[in-house]
Amino acid sequence: MTERSTDIEQLMRQGHDTGDYAPLIEAIPYARMIGLELKHLGEEVIFHLPISKDNIGNPVLPALHGGVIAGFMEQSAMLHLMIAMNSSAFPKIIDFSIDYLRAGLFKDTYATCQVWRQGRRVGNVAITAWQTRSSEPIATARAHFKLG
Amino acid sequence: MSEIEKRCQNFLSVLRHCQLLGMSVEHADEKGLVLRLPYSEAIIGNPVTGVVHGGAITTLMDTCCGISTVCFLPEFEICPTLDLRIDYMHPAEPGKDIFGFAECYRLSPTVIFTRGIAYQDDRNEPIAHVVGTFMRMGKPASDGTLARSIDGGAV
Repeated sequence: MTERSTDIEQLMRQGHDTGDYAPLIEAIPYARMIGLELKHLGEEVIFHLPISKDNIGNPVLPALHGGVIAGFMEQSAMLHLMIAMNSSAFPKIIDFSIDYLRAGLFKDTYATCQVWRQGRRVGNVAITAWQTRSSEPIATARAHFKLG
Repeated sequence: MSEIEKRCQNFLSVLRHCQLLGMSVEHADEKGLVLRLPYSEAIIGNPVTGVVHGGAITTLMDTCCGISTVCFLPEFEICPTLDLRIDYMHPAEPGKDIFGFAECYRLSPTVIFTRGIAYQDDRNEPIAHVVGTFMRMGKPASDGTLARSIDGGAV
């Protein structure tokens, strides 16, 4: 357990130093399963979910499973907080609320996060996910995390 | 297996991501639906503790609330999720399966209100409470592929 947390700390530090968080994401099984990626645009961070057939819910449209979109957004918010706080501790989810605005089609999906409040104990993060353009989000979500 | 259980089973079986997670119908009747999400390495969110990722629980509960409409509607209708909220009471215990229960507590002509819980050993000690709202798009008209595969051509 301690060994593992040291590993995570090291991967996080490495991410902060090099800007490459891929090894950290690789160490989180759920993030790896859905195929989450992180990209930098200048100092901004953007999260990317490339298309994967395993993420499909409705096979007729076809559309991404709403739960995968939510999981992608929750994981994005977690990583965003960790990067913003320069922390290697995983924030713990308190609650998560998502509004689905458009069908999440079988396309690449992107997410950006906004930390509205980072207290000592709790963080509040808003997440927006889109496919075609950021002005037409497929979902917006809000999460509270317990910090530290 | 009851007719309702069979229809829920059919619904679940067409959802590829749910098959990947190994989800199954535990029980279904006119009062609601119970799904099972087996514990697996792939859905771990915290590699230090082995606790399951919230995203997997959201997927379980979105699916459970969505399919629970089958228990309350006479025929299959496409009901996309409008919104979903999850409140975590405590983290899921690593190594144990997670169950989701959901029911529809109000059916209006345009919207269905659902609620549910996620739990492990004891249904009275939920790991999460959930509410979800679903749109009623009506019975599928021209392309009834999904409806046929769920209602088994009974309609």
